[in-house]
Amino acid sequence: MSVLERSGTGRQLPAGMRALYAGNARSVVARGLLATRSTNWLVVLSGFFEPVFYLLAMGFGLGGLVGAVSTSTGQDVSYGAFIAPALLAVSAMNGAVYDSTWNVFFKMNYSKLYQGMLSTSLGPLDVAFGEIGLALLRGAVYATGFLIVMQVLGLNLSFFALLALPAVMLVAFAFASFGMVITSYMKTFQQMDWINFVMLPMFLFSATFYPLSVYPEWIQVVIQALPLWHAVELMRGLTTGAVSVAMVWHVLYFVAMIAVGLVFTTRRLRVLFLD
Amino acid sequence: MPAPVITATDLTKTYGDFAAVDGISFEVAPGESFGLLGPNGAGKSTTMRMVGAVSTRTSGSLRILDLDPDDSGPEIRAQLGVVPQADNLDLELRARDNLLVYGRYFGIPRKVVHRRADELLAFAQLEDRAKAKVDDLSGGMKRRLTIARALINDPRILLLDEPTTGLDPQARHILWDRLFRLKEQGTTLVLTTHYMDEAEQLCDRLVVVDKGAIMAEGSPADLIRRYSSREVLEVRFGSDRNEAVAERLAGTGDRIEVLPDRVLIYSANGEAVLTRITEQGLHPLTSLVRRSSLEDVFLRLTGRSLIE
Repeated sequence: MSVLERSGTGRQLPAGMRALYAGNARSVVARGLLATRSTNWLVVLSGFFEPVFYLLAMGFGLGGLVGAVSTSTGQDVSYGAFIAPALLAVSAMNGAVYDSTWNVFFKMNYSKLYQGMLSTSLGPLDVAFGEIGLALLRGAVYATGFLIVMQVLGLNLSFFALLALPAVMLVAFAFASFGMVITSYMKTFQQMDWINFVMLPMFLFSATFYPLSVYPEWIQVVIQALPLWHAVELMRGLTTGAVSVAMVWHVLYFVAMIAVGLVFTTRRLRVLFLD
Repeated sequence: MPAPVITATDLTKTYGDFAAVDGISFEVAPGESFGLLGPNGAGKSTTMRMVGAVSTRTSGSLRILDLDPDDSGPEIRAQLGVVPQADNLDLELRARDNLLVYGRYFGIPRKVVHRRADELLAFAQLEDRAKAKVDDLSGGMKRRLTIARALINDPRILLLDEPTTGLDPQARHILWDRLFRLKEQGTTLVLTTHYMDEAEQLCDRLVVVDKGAIMAEGSPADLIRRYSSREVLEVRFGSDRNEAVAERLAGTGDRIEVLPDRVLIYSANGEAVLTRITEQGLHPLTSLVRRSSLEDVFLRLTGRSLIE
């Protein structure tokens, strides 16, 4: 039984934790990578081009009319440089949410993929980490591509723009772990449409295309509570080089979101598949 | 007798007010082939899920490989092979990749998984379909691939939930042959079925389950001996006449069961009963003498047919 002794469950983890996590999320990621071979590459490519098209259409088309815009830190930048980091944040959100909602919904309810995974020695946390890890890998590829486009167009105003890549990972992780929780409560495709209903206004109004200062005070407070605003501010600070200690709050916002998301995802996967 | 690999005592699973499994007790010895026979909704699958450590029990005790599934789910699952009722193969992966990826879920080293995958494809008679998409496989092939997948971790117990439901007769026989080989190699099999022929072919011992409770336990031959006669005479007089004629048949055999479409007369010698009936001036439309089966045992125990 040498094979069994090396199974992924025997690590030095406390007993309660062992039931949730076998330390083998990489096998779930590996499965995902193998499965991508059979995916439609046109869909994958469209994920990259969507923000690029927005950038070209709005940044240059609309940007010619708008001229310079003032950021929240009082810096005057070109309209393209203003919206590019926001579009980067939006694409991190969209990619993570798509992967963790529609894809996960299908795997949960139709292909019975998780049912199969959880009848092995994998725990729900392995599945969650693995699926989120996969979403992050994809997000990293998109973000790198977009940052290169920004560089080519001269929209990265600072070397801090390099830090936008890990920031994208953080934001995507937060949205993905939350997306999985929300999906775990969904029963039908109709309910899934509600996700778009939340995402679209968040995309339009989170200081993406114009500064937050255009809103009355109370709307500003509402927007500032939403995750996308934090993501936009974080990216914008990095690519325009307006880095400050206050950005730690954005980071903490996402760290908290990740923690809450993971706790609930694990709990839900347990209820759904190991009850 | 060696220590049992599964011990269930008063095992119960309730959903709200409904007891899907209502206090069942059984033991499975290593190397044994053990069956749960019962109609749909009897609680077989729920029991299997609890034994598979993917469903928690409401009460009672359950030990699998001397571990409690409440505390040691992953350790138990690492040593089980599971063939669920509905195939849940990974449709985005090809046949052989299904085995490789599944093996990696158990944390089995890459090299070992590759070797086992080839062995198991050969065992499942799917060597030439290694690169096939799962969707392109026939129902029987998918089932064999699912069994191969369940064996990737060299499990000590193989759990099969309705292994041949929905397969055509030829595919069923191929599958039974594969399972019989596993049994010969000493793999412990636990299977649920509502097919009596399947239970008779594969099970050393079985429990008859109905409405979440065990009605009887024993080897197939033993159960037939205990709860039925050696032979059964099946006679049909036409659906509207069966009931009326049945009264006149009383006393011709050990016991009579009237079903909507036919009358079953239990006796050690079916031919002799048939002769007696015709001597009484009764002429059935059709008649058939057969050996008793587990179907008859089930009918005796519950008053209902297994497949309705």
